[in-house]
Amino acid sequence: MELFKQTNFEFLRWKWPFIGASLVLSAAGLISIALHGGLRYGIDFKGGAQMSVKFAYAPPIEKIRSALSQKVKGEVSVQNLTGNGSQNDVVIGTELEEEKQLNVNRQAMADALRATFGQPASGKLDFNNASQEDLLARLRDPLARAGIAMSDPQLQSLFSGMLRFRDTPPRSGLITDFNQLSGVPGMTPNILTVVRQECYLSPYHTGDVEMVGPRVGAELRTKALLATLYALAGMLVYIAFRFEWIYGVGAVVACFHDTIITIGLFSIFNKEISMTVIAALLTLVGYSMNDTIVIFDRIRENLKFMRREPLEQVMNKAVNQTLSRTVMTSGLTFLTVVALFIWGGPVLHGFSFALVCGIIVGTYSSVFVASPIVLAGHYFSDKRKKRARIVAPAPAPRVESVPVGQRKGPAKSGNPAKTGSPAKVVK
Amino acid sequence: MATNNRTRAVVIVAVILACVFGLIGFPKSLDQLKQNLQHSIRLGLDLRGGSHLVLQVQVQDAIKAEADQTIDRLKDDLKKQNIAWMGIDRNDPQTVQEADNVQINIKGIPATETSAFRNLMTERYSDWVLTTENSTDYDLRMKPSDLVALKRDTVDQEIQTINNRVNQLGLTETTVTQYGSSGDAYQILVELPDVDDPARVKELIGTVAVLKITSVKEGPFPSREAALAQHGGVLPLNTELDKMLPRGGSQGDEWYLVNKNGVITGRDMRNAQASQDTTLGARGWETEFSLSQDGGKRFGIFTGANVGNRLAVLLDKNIVNVATIESKIDDQGRITGLGSQDEAVDLARYLRSGSLPAGIVYLEERSVGASLGADSIHEGFVAGIAGLLAVIVVMLVYYKRSGINAVLALILNTIVLLACLSYFHAVLTLPGIAGIILTIGMAVDSNVLIFERIREELRAGKAVVSAVDAGFGKAWWTIVDTHVTTIVSCCFLFLFGEGPVRGFAVTLVIGLAANVFTAVFVSRTIFNFELSGQRRLQELSI
Repeated sequence: MELFKQTNFEFLRWKWPFIGASLVLSAAGLISIALHGGLRYGIDFKGGAQMSVKFAYAPPIEKIRSALSQKVKGEVSVQNLTGNGSQNDVVIGTELEEEKQLNVNRQAMADALRATFGQPASGKLDFNNASQEDLLARLRDPLARAGIAMSDPQLQSLFSGMLRFRDTPPRSGLITDFNQLSGVPGMTPNILTVVRQECYLSPYHTGDVEMVGPRVGAELRTKALLATLYALAGMLVYIAFRFEWIYGVGAVVACFHDTIITIGLFSIFNKEISMTVIAALLTLVGYSMNDTIVIFDRIRENLKFMRREPLEQVMNKAVNQTLSRTVMTSGLTFLTVVALFIWGGPVLHGFSFALVCGIIVGTYSSVFVASPIVLAGHYFSDKRKKRARIVAPAPAPRVESVPVGQRKGPAKSGNPAKTGSPAKVVK
Repeated sequence: MATNNRTRAVVIVAVILACVFGLIGFPKSLDQLKQNLQHSIRLGLDLRGGSHLVLQVQVQDAIKAEADQTIDRLKDDLKKQNIAWMGIDRNDPQTVQEADNVQINIKGIPATETSAFRNLMTERYSDWVLTTENSTDYDLRMKPSDLVALKRDTVDQEIQTINNRVNQLGLTETTVTQYGSSGDAYQILVELPDVDDPARVKELIGTVAVLKITSVKEGPFPSREAALAQHGGVLPLNTELDKMLPRGGSQGDEWYLVNKNGVITGRDMRNAQASQDTTLGARGWETEFSLSQDGGKRFGIFTGANVGNRLAVLLDKNIVNVATIESKIDDQGRITGLGSQDEAVDLARYLRSGSLPAGIVYLEERSVGASLGADSIHEGFVAGIAGLLAVIVVMLVYYKRSGINAVLALILNTIVLLACLSYFHAVLTLPGIAGIILTIGMAVDSNVLIFERIREELRAGKAVVSAVDAGFGKAWWTIVDTHVTTIVSCCFLFLFGEGPVRGFAVTLVIGLAANVFTAVFVSRTIFNFELSGQRRLQELSI
């Protein structure tokens, strides 16, 4: 089975509509960033505290917000994540003005949630937010009093089994009825009775908590940006060394183009730039660079035996020759990334979104951004050479009479036209 | 050709065996296989659940403490030499960045005493640089080399102390390491797998180490019970039972009954360092220590009355050393007869740990709940497998039998990558998975490149064997260019990036190296075997 057999599309003839589309997309992204007043950075980069909480029912956003606003300094944001493959998840974020607040805020957030949704007055332990240590401290004595003799290691393994059960999907950290626990290894009805006496089930479970000091956030942002810029510069130098410098410029500009459009799309869809998204951006730079080099490589190869043809022709041929490969590779990687986007869950959502955009943009930028730049570069350098020739013409062949005594046989074949480099074919 | 193929096959089989062994070892049962696999593929905190703390050591505290001690010493010395002064104090920088600016200001040294003062300074305070402000006032700043050493020691010691404390909790696989690519950030990273709420750990880290030197009543006992049995189950008044910190080579537990009230605490300890014991030739090691004036007085009275008895050095209720008092000791002493240099260095560090109170500030705290970790693994895994299956199906349909080559190369690539991660003790994180995804993408691409090239050559009318030859040959430089470019960029990411960016770079470099091996070397060998003995083969399933 073959998709493309000996195609002969004149890709570079259609470069302008695509370059136009690229410019429009980039501009739209930049305008969106400007309108939003900068990018929406995740907590990794701007600093702050963030807590993800899963509820047993549709989360009461307003209630959470008002409960937390009373307890926590600074602005509180509550974001409902329900939709992207997750259910009843919210992310609560607060600002951090200085490092010292790091400790205060976490406690305040946890307290506010407990006061609003838990049963702090009952004196029982909230099983849905308990750690193994909490369970051990709380249940060891009551179990002993109930006549259930268990050693510490036995207790530990029982509790870790209970928590593992609670934390695996589909429960994902939240059980709604103690009877669900009856399947845990080592569980007996007697133990369950004690658990029931000592614990209660709150309707929420605190998942991950992240707190990043504002200074660290800014530092991380600069470092990630610098590392990426250095990496791009390194690639430029390598490609310039293997091809010509204009090829390096073309490839790097194409990567820049892909990154800007993807970041712009993040802004347009109001998505957060987190550390995972940075990993995705690095990945897409890798893809785009790979794609570009494959085409450049083919151009270089074709140039060896298509010296007399215009560069545009050579490029078109290279793109056609690699068309099957481009469609196969991009199609296959696209398939994987789409699978991640659909089934990857909320954690991978930003990551896979960046890659979905990146693969589309990265594939076409190799043909419609990188190649035209090389073409333009050659066009200008040829033009300059031509102009240079007019300003300073090659010395005209002179005819001089040679003194008779110095004549040595027939004159050697003097070719006066052989002054400059071999003529180049320019469109 | 045939022998060449055999060598290739041997290499491939050896690599596969090494990788499989690296991943699963020699499992004897299915459970063990699972266990070994979990052990060798170490998941990062973002996938596994756990807490991650970054804290900054306030090194300026240590420098200020050093300055304070110097001021005390200087005042004593000036008194002894009858040099008058108006005032000696130090400035008070608040941040780590200003740590180097700590300086002691000495005011009002009479002009007549200048030379005596200068002599004293060069003789006794050589680790400080003296600047003259005017005829009577001077500034002291620590020498840059000493400053660097002090800051490094402070961070090292803080790491050690935190490590000791975290270990007390009995958690598994915790790590406490220096953080940040440059050492001048004075940051420490604490990683606590499976801990959802690091509140207790933070509480423990926050308290300052308690150093105590006290007298030993009785011991050693093999266990707590044995010690209690000596006294009918009740401890004598003002005593406590403490355990010796286990050391390499020691056999079993050692418990001592010691006096509850210490003679010396961390506040009295000025300095301590390891040195060679000169009295025993170059073989023994010892730890020298110096005490504050006040502490020296108390220690002198105590040691004078207890010559021949034993004393114990305790850190946070752990006995770190027991030694016999040889003579009366005032403010300078040595603990001799230590087994090794490490032991002497450790003891010096324990003794100092109360004397250099550098505070800490939390810069970052992340905890990933086990539930979220489990969810993201589960979903990411399902999605990844679905994507990979789709790729395999398309490859097989599109390239028929040759597709098998590609699929085998792809699977082998993943195995080699995971095995290398295991051998390098690298941790698999979410950005690392991004690196794997890019690796798989480029692996697919390498195969597609080669196959498309072979098809082209076949279309041009070449015979199967030479088409395969030409296909690999021509695709080779493209593969080199794409891989080297990416590896170059990874080097920069590793050098200048931090944490997650580095994880991405490491995984990607390993994956790409593995890919050159699998997509070119392995795939070529499979083709060779397919074609060997069939030089006249007319058709290739591609």
